[in-house]
Amino acid sequence: MLNVHNLTCARGGVPVLSDVGFTVEAGQALILRGPNGVGKTTLLRTLAGLQPAIAGDVICPDDESAYASHADGIKTALTVAENLQFWADVYGQGRRFAPFSVLEVALSAFDLFDLRNRMGGTLSAGQRRRLGLARLGVIGRKVLFLDEPTVSLDRASVKLFADWLRAHLAAGGIAVIATHIDLGLDAPELELTPFKSALDAGGGTDEAFL
Amino acid sequence: MIALLLRDLRLAVRAGGGFGLGLAFFLIVVVLVPFGVGPETELLSRIAPGILWVASLLAALLSLDRIFALDFEDGSLALLATSPLPLEGAAFMKALAHWITTGLPLTIAAPMLGFLLSLAPEAYFYLLVSLLIGTPALSMIGTFGAALTVGLRRGGLLLSLLVLPLYVPTLIFGAEAVRRGADGLDPTGALVLLGGITAGTFALLPFATAATLRINLR
Repeated sequence: MLNVHNLTCARGGVPVLSDVGFTVEAGQALILRGPNGVGKTTLLRTLAGLQPAIAGDVICPDDESAYASHADGIKTALTVAENLQFWADVYGQGRRFAPFSVLEVALSAFDLFDLRNRMGGTLSAGQRRRLGLARLGVIGRKVLFLDEPTVSLDRASVKLFADWLRAHLAAGGIAVIATHIDLGLDAPELELTPFKSALDAGGGTDEAFL
Repeated sequence: MIALLLRDLRLAVRAGGGFGLGLAFFLIVVVLVPFGVGPETELLSRIAPGILWVASLLAALLSLDRIFALDFEDGSLALLATSPLPLEGAAFMKALAHWITTGLPLTIAAPMLGFLLSLAPEAYFYLLVSLLIGTPALSMIGTFGAALTVGLRRGGLLLSLLVLPLYVPTLIFGAEAVRRGADGLDPTGALVLLGGITAGTFALLPFATAATLRINLR
């Protein structure tokens, strides 16, 4: 279960969202909505622990969360399979059971199996995105914070991703997703505009130096 | 953590510029010196320890800005920071990978270049040992500098300005050990201090590097 309580988060020392609160039960997803610049990415980065919250708590099971940003973190000089294997190893999933099986499942789920020996640098934007999403399949984390996961995906790939996500949720996973499109998930939506901080809500750009 | 080390080594070998560049730079700097100061073997053999150490220091500096910059640009640094791998461990492994791709080849190549500078025969052993002990400190200090400047555009020059003064103690004791070896004196003191610097940087700087990265990733 993910519980967010009175969360205030800032970008560049200026608060952008205040008093955000929601609860996501196991097996559920939450879709974050809001216009560009409202603070979806900032909220996700705060939830993932990349930046500290100004106020409020995030209650999330330890060592269960994973973050996927706009950038996919793909190494151009490694093959598709090597990229995935690296993340599986970092998350301690690499060789725990039958080697490569986790990898093969993730590769097939995102239709990357035929590309597994291609270099990361030769992939198209959509293929890179699919590889970035396939990373989520090999790291074995339950709580996912996804920032615009469907950027540069075609309709068929969006469906692949939605199917994978549905299976992940059915297995007790949690997902918080910032997206502008309809994924076809049966998930509640949270409009972030009402939580927008007043512009003069204190804090300065020199906060990082204090 | 081993996965990160292996990945970085694999990237260094495949993407090029890792193994070769620093080593080639080292070779060229050392070869240029005799052209500059003339062919007097006596003078060359006297300045050889200093030249070899300064050149390896500059060669190590060349590839520093790649340590974190590439990972920062493609987003994998943020993903690493949210992974179960502690950032301190990642910093340590990054420094180790940098040392294996630059410091270690430099150490192995240095005796051959010492021959070009007519280094005293007694000094070869101490050159090898001092570089072996000292170059890891160069990588670790450089990793810290790279973390400070990650995310800055054109941070390379700033990185050099930050890191070079921090290299001074390593340079002094490293070159001193070789000089003492060449003069037939006992270099133990200098080598022990050099080892102390390396041990100290590896004990403290991974934590400083991780803290710096966390601030830079905000």
